[in-house]
Amino acid sequence: MTAEDQTKLKVEDLNLSFGSVQALMDVSFEVNGDEILALIGPNGAGKTSLLNCVSGFYHAQRGRVSFEGHDISRFSPSKRAKLGISRTFQNIELYTGLTALDNLMAARHVYIKYGPVAGSFFFGKARREEVENRKVVEEIIDLLEMEEVRYRVVESLPYGLRKRVDMGRALALHPKLLLLDEPMAGMNVEEKEDMARFILDIHELWKIPIIIVEHDMGVVMDICHRVVVLDFGLKLAEGTPAEIKQNEKVIQAYLGKE
Amino acid sequence: MWRPCGTFDDTYEKDISIVRTPAQWSITVAGLAVLAVLPLFASGYFMTTVNLIAISIISAQGLGILTGLTGQISLGQGAFMGVGAYTLMMLMNYLGFSFWLALPCAMVSAGIIGLIFGLPSLRIKGFYLAMATLSAQFIIPWVITNVRPDLTGGTSTINIQYPSLFGLDLSKQSSMYYVIIFFTIAILYLTRNLARSKIGRAFVAIRDNDLAAEIMGLEVFRYKLLSFTICSMYAGLAGSLWVLWVGAVNVDSFTLHESIWFLGMIIVGGLGSIPGVCFGVIFIRVLELFVQQISPPIAALFPDAIGAAIKSGLSPFTFGLVILLFLIYEPRGLAHRWEIVKHFYRRWPFSY
Repeated sequence: MTAEDQTKLKVEDLNLSFGSVQALMDVSFEVNGDEILALIGPNGAGKTSLLNCVSGFYHAQRGRVSFEGHDISRFSPSKRAKLGISRTFQNIELYTGLTALDNLMAARHVYIKYGPVAGSFFFGKARREEVENRKVVEEIIDLLEMEEVRYRVVESLPYGLRKRVDMGRALALHPKLLLLDEPMAGMNVEEKEDMARFILDIHELWKIPIIIVEHDMGVVMDICHRVVVLDFGLKLAEGTPAEIKQNEKVIQAYLGKE
Repeated sequence: MWRPCGTFDDTYEKDISIVRTPAQWSITVAGLAVLAVLPLFASGYFMTTVNLIAISIISAQGLGILTGLTGQISLGQGAFMGVGAYTLMMLMNYLGFSFWLALPCAMVSAGIIGLIFGLPSLRIKGFYLAMATLSAQFIIPWVITNVRPDLTGGTSTINIQYPSLFGLDLSKQSSMYYVIIFFTIAILYLTRNLARSKIGRAFVAIRDNDLAAEIMGLEVFRYKLLSFTICSMYAGLAGSLWVLWVGAVNVDSFTLHESIWFLGMIIVGGLGSIPGVCFGVIFIRVLELFVQQISPPIAALFPDAIGAAIKSGLSPFTFGLVILLFLIYEPRGLAHRWEIVKHFYRRWPFSY
């Protein structure tokens, strides 16, 4: 299949440092087709830094990030979002004063074309576009089963639901590449199962590549196609979950013996 | 969120509409009708107050967009009103523009000046931005009084020719009321729509989490500047109407004092709420008048020296006290109280 061979995201020799702290050293990896790739490693290994380099929050000192064949290393975060890179956040960075629905609608921003004047009159084109995008958002609400909390202000939602709204907001962008930063963090088993199901559903429905940063090895080994292991800014290993489980270096640095 | 009883939204158009029940329609129409016939019954003094409140609402709505929705504190709203007022005056008096032509020009010029003073918001936020916009409040009046006093009149008052509309003389408070209230209602309508549109969502997104907003594809800086521009265009409109209201323009009307009062109004009303801003303006303006009425009798009770101090000090004292009490006991402002009343009504007879 051609879709599977296609390289979506290519990260080459990425170097990122904060002062004398080297967060990433010559990290390279690729995301192909519609695979689910896990980034794992001990705390402070540079997983989130790497994700931030891909989403544009950090600009690496050296190295290249290319998406669908274009070098995007110097693009601003908002420009990368327009290209179709969307992400969730480890600490849930939602718009707390808006309702869950409006959080998702706000992510549709790049698809809504009308300007401030049309918005002020809210007639014709503006109203039509609102309704069209609302339909898209409602599909995502349906997918993530958050109909109940649609009109609730995010501030008042419990943690698990906020996590889901965060995911919904990332999806509302209709990404071509989805980055999930610890989607299971702080959840109980049931919520983790839900979340894993959502991730698989999205993968199934949209056929998009997903990068997951996650500490729950059960989840990583179950749902991911490939795993990249980071340790102190270095890429330790890369391979299928089965290979990674057997890798001596990874066992020593992170997984530990049973 | 509680919605009026008996509304079943079967389309998204219905779900996003503002006025949704027959009762709400009747209240809207009745309210507009009352506003339309108000000058026939009210006294001149009352109309003067209504006009002042209506003008203040326009300016405060602008600040509401900037501070309440976008979260950028501005201490220059008074100065931006001044830009509008002086642009209008100069266009009318020196270039012979009619009031109606000078009005949009005044809005645009205030918008541009607001945009320029909004540029620091690229780098700074919060208190630092407040300081940066405070500079507008010092620079603009200085420019008005010192750069071309032959044009702006320096610190003295300059009169304008009262405009007319379809042969209607607008020099009386009751007749200019129609012009002012027209713009106020239009601004409320536009602001309400803006707030529920893509733009409004982007503004709130930037207020609540600007980093996430940037990651989610919003050009944060562009929207901050847009917010500054809209805010000062409203101020320009309010400043122009102020000139109409007074019949003259003086730099003393657009001081830091005014800017802080506007900020106080939107805090009392409730940041980020459109009806809240209106409540805040009405509350503060009426309170101001009330204090003006009661301070002479109170001052008369005291010896001369203390009496004079009370006369001049009671108004800022009350204002400060009110802001303080609101910040402590109702930081979400009158808008929140209004929501409580609405919810009570909608859930009645159940209390939960």
